[in-house]
Amino acid sequence: MSTTRIILICSGKGGVGKTTTTANLGIALARRGVNTVVLDADFGLRNLDLLLGLENRIVYTAQEVLAETCRLEQALVKHKQEPNLALLPAGNPRMLEWLTPKDMKAIVALLEESFDYVLIDCPAGIEAGFKNAAAAAREAVVVTTPEVAAVRDADRVIGLLNTQGVSPVQLVLNRVRPKMMSTQDMLSVDDVTDILALPLLGLVFEDEQVIVSTNRGEPLTLGPANSPAAQAYTNIAGRLQGDDIPLMDPAKARQGLRAKMRKLMQTKIF
Amino acid sequence: MTLQDLIDKLLGRQPASADTARQRLQLVLAHDRSDLNPELLDQMRREILEVVSRYVEIDLSEGDVSLETEDRVTALVANLPIRRTL
Repeated sequence: MSTTRIILICSGKGGVGKTTTTANLGIALARRGVNTVVLDADFGLRNLDLLLGLENRIVYTAQEVLAETCRLEQALVKHKQEPNLALLPAGNPRMLEWLTPKDMKAIVALLEESFDYVLIDCPAGIEAGFKNAAAAAREAVVVTTPEVAAVRDADRVIGLLNTQGVSPVQLVLNRVRPKMMSTQDMLSVDDVTDILALPLLGLVFEDEQVIVSTNRGEPLTLGPANSPAAQAYTNIAGRLQGDDIPLMDPAKARQGLRAKMRKLMQTKIF
Repeated sequence: MTLQDLIDKLLGRQPASADTARQRLQLVLAHDRSDLNPELLDQMRREILEVVSRYVEIDLSEGDVSLETEDRVTALVANLPIRRTL
C-alpha cells in the first residue's frame, strides 16, 4: 500500500461547505509543497472547478481516462498559481449514472502513483453518489455546521463510514458564529463533538470573505491568512500533516467589554 | 438559573435555543441510530414491562425504558423498580 493520503471530504447535508473546504485544503496543502490532487466526485453538480477558478480549463474528465480516450496527464487541470495542485473532475454533468465504486477505485489507483494527497469532494446525500465517492477513501473529513439538521446528517454519514472501515474520521466544524455561541443561541463546539464523538480537526468561523473568494474563483488560502477562515483552513492543512496547532477559541474571538458583560450575565445566581 | 435567564423571564423573552437544539438532537439521533421510532419504542416498552411483571412485581408507574447514547454507542436502558413484597 502506498503512503498517499486518500481523504474523503463529506457531510451528508448539502451546503455546509464541503467544496469550499476541499478547495481551500487543496491549495493550503499544495502551498506546503505536497503534491495534491482534488477529485470532484460530485460530477452531476460539479462546482469544485468554479471555486478553484478552473472552470474554463476542463477538457477531459476521469471518464475519458478510464475509457482510454485520453491520458491521465491530459485530464488533470493544473492550478494557475499553485502548480502543486491539480484538479480532476470525475465526469461531465451530462453523463449521468456512469460512476461505480469500481471506477472510483481505478481512478484513485492511477492518482496514487503521482500524488501525496488525494482529496475527494463527495456529493451531498448518502445514496449511490456517496457510496461511489467513499469507495476508494482511506480516511475522511466530515464537514458540519452547528445546526441540528447538519449534525444529524453528519451522524448518518459517520455511521456509514464506520461500517465501511474508513479510519480515521475527523471533524471540521464550519460556519461557527462566536457571538451566537456566547449567547447560547448556537450549539457549542463541545455539544457537537460530544454528540458526534469525533476528534476535531478544526473549526472555521463564519466569514464573509469566503463568499468574496468564491465570487473570484480564488480560494482564501491562496493569499495571506488575514481573515478568520483563511487562517482556519491553513491551520487544518497543518494539522492534517501532523503539526500541533491549537484550535481557535470562539470565546476569545469576542473579547472586550461586551464579552465581559455577557460573561456576567451567564453567572449562576441561584 | 443565570442572570440572563432571570432577565429573560422578567421581560418575557424566549430562553437561549442551544439547549433545546442539543436535547432535540440527542433524542432524534438515538432514534436514528437504533432505527426505532417513538411508537415502536413505546410498544417495546409495554411488552418488556409485561414480560418482566410475569416474574417479579414491578412498579409500573415508575418503570422506564429509554434509549441513551454515549460516545456513538446507543443503549436501551430499562429501569424497572421492583416492589417490595415483604
